[in-house]
Amino acid sequence: MRSLRRFIDKIKPQFQKGGKFEKLQSTFEGFETFLFVPDKVTSAGAHIRDSMDMKRTMIVVVIALLPALLFGMYNAGYQHFLATGEAGTFWQIFSYGFLRVFPLIVVSYVTGLTIEFIFAQIRGHEINEGFLVTGMLIPLVMPVDVPLWMVAVSTAFAVIIGKEVFGGTGMNILNPALTARAFLFFAYPAEMTGDKVWIAGMKEGTGILDGYTGSTALGELAQNISERIPADLNSFLGFIPGSVGETSKLAILIGAIILIYAGVGSWKIMLSVFAGGLLMGLIFNGFAANEYMALPAYKHFLMGGFAFGAVFMATDPVTASQTETGKWIYGLLTGMLAILIRVLNPAYPEGMMLAILLMNVFAPLIDYYVVESNVKKRLKRIRRSPAGNRKQTY
Amino acid sequence: MPRVYNIRKGLNITLAGKAEKVFAKVDPSDLYAVKPVDFHGLIPRLQVKEGTDVKAGSVLFTDKNRPEIRFTSPVSGKVTAINRGERRVILEVVVKVDKKAEYETFRSGDPFTMTREEIIDNLLKSGLWPAFRQRPYNIIANPLDVPKSVFISAFDSAPLAPDYDFIIMGMEEDFQTGINVLSRLTSGKVHININEEYPASTAFSQAKHAQVNRFRGPHPSGNVGVQIQRIDPLNKGEIIWVLNVQEVVSIGRLFTSGKYDLSRVIALTGSEVKNPRYYKTTGCTSIHNFVHEAVTDGYHRYISGNVLTGTRIAPEGFIGFYDSQITVIPEGNHYEFLGWAMPGFNKYSVSRTFWSWLSPKREYIVDTNLHGGQRAFILTGLYEKVFPMDIYPMQLLKAIMAEDIDQMEKLGIYEIVEEDFALCEFIDPSKTEMQTLVRKGLDTMMREMS
Repeated sequence: MRSLRRFIDKIKPQFQKGGKFEKLQSTFEGFETFLFVPDKVTSAGAHIRDSMDMKRTMIVVVIALLPALLFGMYNAGYQHFLATGEAGTFWQIFSYGFLRVFPLIVVSYVTGLTIEFIFAQIRGHEINEGFLVTGMLIPLVMPVDVPLWMVAVSTAFAVIIGKEVFGGTGMNILNPALTARAFLFFAYPAEMTGDKVWIAGMKEGTGILDGYTGSTALGELAQNISERIPADLNSFLGFIPGSVGETSKLAILIGAIILIYAGVGSWKIMLSVFAGGLLMGLIFNGFAANEYMALPAYKHFLMGGFAFGAVFMATDPVTASQTETGKWIYGLLTGMLAILIRVLNPAYPEGMMLAILLMNVFAPLIDYYVVESNVKKRLKRIRRSPAGNRKQTY
Repeated sequence: MPRVYNIRKGLNITLAGKAEKVFAKVDPSDLYAVKPVDFHGLIPRLQVKEGTDVKAGSVLFTDKNRPEIRFTSPVSGKVTAINRGERRVILEVVVKVDKKAEYETFRSGDPFTMTREEIIDNLLKSGLWPAFRQRPYNIIANPLDVPKSVFISAFDSAPLAPDYDFIIMGMEEDFQTGINVLSRLTSGKVHININEEYPASTAFSQAKHAQVNRFRGPHPSGNVGVQIQRIDPLNKGEIIWVLNVQEVVSIGRLFTSGKYDLSRVIALTGSEVKNPRYYKTTGCTSIHNFVHEAVTDGYHRYISGNVLTGTRIAPEGFIGFYDSQITVIPEGNHYEFLGWAMPGFNKYSVSRTFWSWLSPKREYIVDTNLHGGQRAFILTGLYEKVFPMDIYPMQLLKAIMAEDIDQMEKLGIYEIVEEDFALCEFIDPSKTEMQTLVRKGLDTMMREMS
């Protein structure tokens, strides 16, 4: 460590103002602060500071995503072996999945981080850590068979249009990972929806068992077919086709517990999204006009990306409501909208992505009204007080 | 039975180095200094030169804009230095004490037999007026105003803060006299706020001519701003005055003896102090005699006040006018390899992102490292957990950043001062300089409203 530190201290002047590589200052700083927490001390205000910074926060989210990622890798292999009818050991299955999923992660991180570094450099800012999470989320919400170049294009779109044009992490309106997914969803629907995309190797079709459909429960329900919905336990554990990270509700639950316990994710949003989903499901149950509407409400949580979206996407602190009251409203509406889109709009089998993006747009409005009520309370108090209308004397 | 106000949100930072409740003895310092920078927004006009002989209570400088406000010498002696900073700003007016211990004489007497004007005049002349600070804006009060109430927080909930119930022992009568004085100055009540969680000194709980309120809960329950919001919230156009306990005692002494007596009890605290204790001394003293043999070896930060809101001073610097605490903590100017990825068993964090949550009772040694770089606001809901006021902290800060006067006013800037955001600043993972921002916002408002 000492020698590494010495080396960094030695080359540091070249990256600072007036140095040879002055233009790479942000990049250098990015790497330096990645290796070493800086020696900067407090200069104004509180003399001591909490140990948590953005890097720590983001790394906790990444850790919370790991169970979903690891299971997603296993499931990618598992679904492939199931579709081809081959038998395989645990490691064969996992390594197949690993080889399919890992490139997605690499492409997402390389593309995104390159753009982040360039923008930080142009702006003369430090590198923002937000992409550590986004870069992990993007592969997890993609179908495993998505072409790598599409991952690259959608990541670039999400980072530039979704985030940087608004001013970078903390200023964006839409969740960047979902922006990437939505971009592909509308630009290349054939690669993002249908029966063939969820299982590795299905599109090429070689070696797939005759008559094997790779369809998801949501896809079938959208056509009002409900015979082949997987057993609840399978859906909960995640042995079903779907986007990489969304299938195992158990892994997502573990992630949710980590986020809530560490104090990084908002339990209010998670809870209210589920409450909203349940409420909407029950309302549909009341009508039960078709098989989809009659589907037991809780089953919605076990299908598709509802749980993943509720835990990892809706809770993005930048794009969600920023007031505590607002979070309840935001979550509730997100959950309700997701189920509404699922059940009533057969063109979009999964409603979670659109529901969250839509609520991202409305979150500032919700916050506005929540804050406004605080303002009104204050104005009311002034009117009550005897000095309220008195002219100021100072 | 006074009403109990429950403060639920907040945070007690458990630091090592709390002062033991005994008085330690140390040779009194022979240097004292009044620092114009302690009084925000003050432009001082010097009334002495180097070499001028002064008595305790002799004027050193006055407020340029309000010349009736005087700042007087805490001791008798000779002005030995006028230390200036950038652009010749006066930082310290240093007085070296002599053996004579002479006092200027001011008026003494029962405040109930004096008129309000006489009382204020006495306070102004003696140099005790700067003890009166007004909300909003956290500046020295205007003697021409009549505040709607006066607030005294009789407990300090900040990390390692001195215990006023211990300090006040033996000064009960002077405190009561001080309260009597205050009760003559407001159109409303004098509020004394005590901590419900332990029996408060009778000086506070049995005080006459004042209303006693009880508070329960973690820091910042002892912040007077939080107390004001619960008891008598400040609206636009209203003024409240606040004082510290020991300043009230000094006021009491003035009206009893006619002397400007700035005797103080201070607590020497912090993880780098070998034996944290209390000391009897005089306000504005040099801290050199207290710290030079009492701290561990190493590179430390010396703070006049507490770790959240105090002012950084030199090891031979002077304690601030309003402070009764010195804190010494290690400087954190070191690199940490992959610090953001380590388990962090001994790192203090309000979140559970470090494994230190395994040992909640532990007392931490926290240094001055910033632990990260500055970022935009990203996490939400965090600040509200330690901010017990009915105000949206992040939204207000954003309004200040945008210099949106209208919005600042709507979101409650009159009700806050810097110290109210100290905990938010402490826990902020984006490392925003919130107290500096709040001060900037208050200054903007002051400029616009005057």
